[in-house]
Amino acid sequence: MTVRGKAHRYGDNVNTDEIIPARYLDTVDPNELGAHCMEDIDAEFVRKVRPGDIIVAGQNFGCGSSREHAPIAIKAAGVSCVIAKTFARIFYRNSINIGLPILECPEAVDGISDGDEVEVELDTGRIRNIGTGREFQGRPFPPFMQQIIAAGGLVNYARERVLRNT
Amino acid sequence: MGQTITQRILAAHCGRQSVEPGELISANVDLVLGNDITAPIAIQEFEKIGASDVFDRSKIALVPDHSTPSKDIKSAQLVKTMRDFARKHKIANFFEIGRVGIEHTLIPDQGLVVPGDLVIGADSHTCTYGAVGAFSTGVGSTDMAAAMALGEVWLKVPEAIRFVYYGKLRPWVGGKDLILYTIGRIGVDGALYRSMEFTGETIRELPMAGRFTMCNMAIEAGGKNGIMEPDETTLAYCRERAKHPCRVYQSDPDAAYREVIEFDCREIEPQVALPHLPENAKPVSQVGRISIDQALIGSCTNGRIEDLREAAAVLKGRKVHREVRLIVIPGTQQIWLQAVREGLMEVFIDAGAAVSTPTCGPCLGGHMGVIAEGERAISTTNRNFVGRMGHPKSEVYLAGPAVTAASAVLGRIGSPEELR
Repeated sequence: MTVRGKAHRYGDNVNTDEIIPARYLDTVDPNELGAHCMEDIDAEFVRKVRPGDIIVAGQNFGCGSSREHAPIAIKAAGVSCVIAKTFARIFYRNSINIGLPILECPEAVDGISDGDEVEVELDTGRIRNIGTGREFQGRPFPPFMQQIIAAGGLVNYARERVLRNT
Repeated sequence: MGQTITQRILAAHCGRQSVEPGELISANVDLVLGNDITAPIAIQEFEKIGASDVFDRSKIALVPDHSTPSKDIKSAQLVKTMRDFARKHKIANFFEIGRVGIEHTLIPDQGLVVPGDLVIGADSHTCTYGAVGAFSTGVGSTDMAAAMALGEVWLKVPEAIRFVYYGKLRPWVGGKDLILYTIGRIGVDGALYRSMEFTGETIRELPMAGRFTMCNMAIEAGGKNGIMEPDETTLAYCRERAKHPCRVYQSDPDAAYREVIEFDCREIEPQVALPHLPENAKPVSQVGRISIDQALIGSCTNGRIEDLREAAAVLKGRKVHREVRLIVIPGTQQIWLQAVREGLMEVFIDAGAAVSTPTCGPCLGGHMGVIAEGERAISTTNRNFVGRMGHPKSEVYLAGPAVTAASAVLGRIGSPEELR
């Protein structure tokens, strides 16, 4: 599967309080959460973002809280993929578990500027900056995580397990 | 090659003799935990999985501590979701308002986590329980849902960093200062995906409260877990409360570490982490003249009885500065009661502090002490991110209970040594 959109570029240590402030954690509705995505780091984000757009960030993206509301908000805002130098570990597993595509690729992050048009092949991890023509290779997921992604997230993976056991 | 304590516990929970860093395993869990922010999503996802019942109703804990006592209708609905789920599945460890405490203070105090356990919690500070020699890590709501259905969690075996602390602590220096100092040295992603193993003579002298505080903030360095090998102090704490048998694991002498970092604690002053990252730690003497509007003593990091005693020792016979609000939040009902019996509550109220029932509230800018635009707080909590305690244009400084209490009196950030 290939996704394409404009890059929204952020720095290091973007944390979950910036992605979805705690004052909005009184709901589990993805659309309500998406409406406040990135509010405390970029109040204009929800007005700028278009379906398919890509967040590009530095190190330790998603650090802080375990709130799954963070990847849920990003997904609901229409973001198709997050590319970062590194991800904080709970954000990383939450994204895989809920089916938000993420890729670690420091070279791509350095080679993409805010507003660049970017294309990502999610299966292979190939990243292309359309404007500059430069290509980058994101780190592939280990086979076990690919199974979860292929099943459509951890819920489906667990449901298959439950069905097999009954 | 030998195994670290983390490897030993993980191996024991997937039926193996040993596991290697980088391996992906599916491990059995001894406890699955969630709070009123994360459990409602987990419950929704649990229903989608389609399991007829939870894997083991005695191994699930539901702790509504974040927005409780419910601050508004939406929050009340979230707690109701948990309450209904607990009743339906007969989950005894649902803690109702009036019996609830801050999860990471309550769970070990209740003896629900003991040495050798493997615990996952849909809360990033679940790493706190490493202080009793358990493997314990924060996960998301979907992980919690899958674990409630299957009793298992997928984990990547982490590499470990060994932190060795030696030397006697200076006055007013405790676990909070050690961990802020450590994060200041390695950065907020200095232990990303790694196990942080805390050891050394200083740790062996540290009371349980300080140990919990240190492991609690492992996540603030990106760590997967913080952990300490159980010793006499651990066992004395666990013996009187354990709800199931302890399994004591130690790291092998030839265990492999990615890095070993030593700290001479004789040099460590009380620490303050400046906005907006916990890695911005500085000795209190170098912070400069920073006035404050609010001071908060509490949270899963520093809401234990030892923390309240330390704050009371500073506040006794003194008054909170007229331009400062001091809020004190005991971690559990038992700690609250103990503080009453020891006369600490009288000290706080005489000093002019507001004392609240246990809640995470203000730590995450939820309720019970949210700060306004342009305001500045000093807090014994664990995060000073942008907008963490309220308005996006507010500031949070992190410190231990003694410095926070002293600052509340001074009206600016300062140490207890500055009080006359």
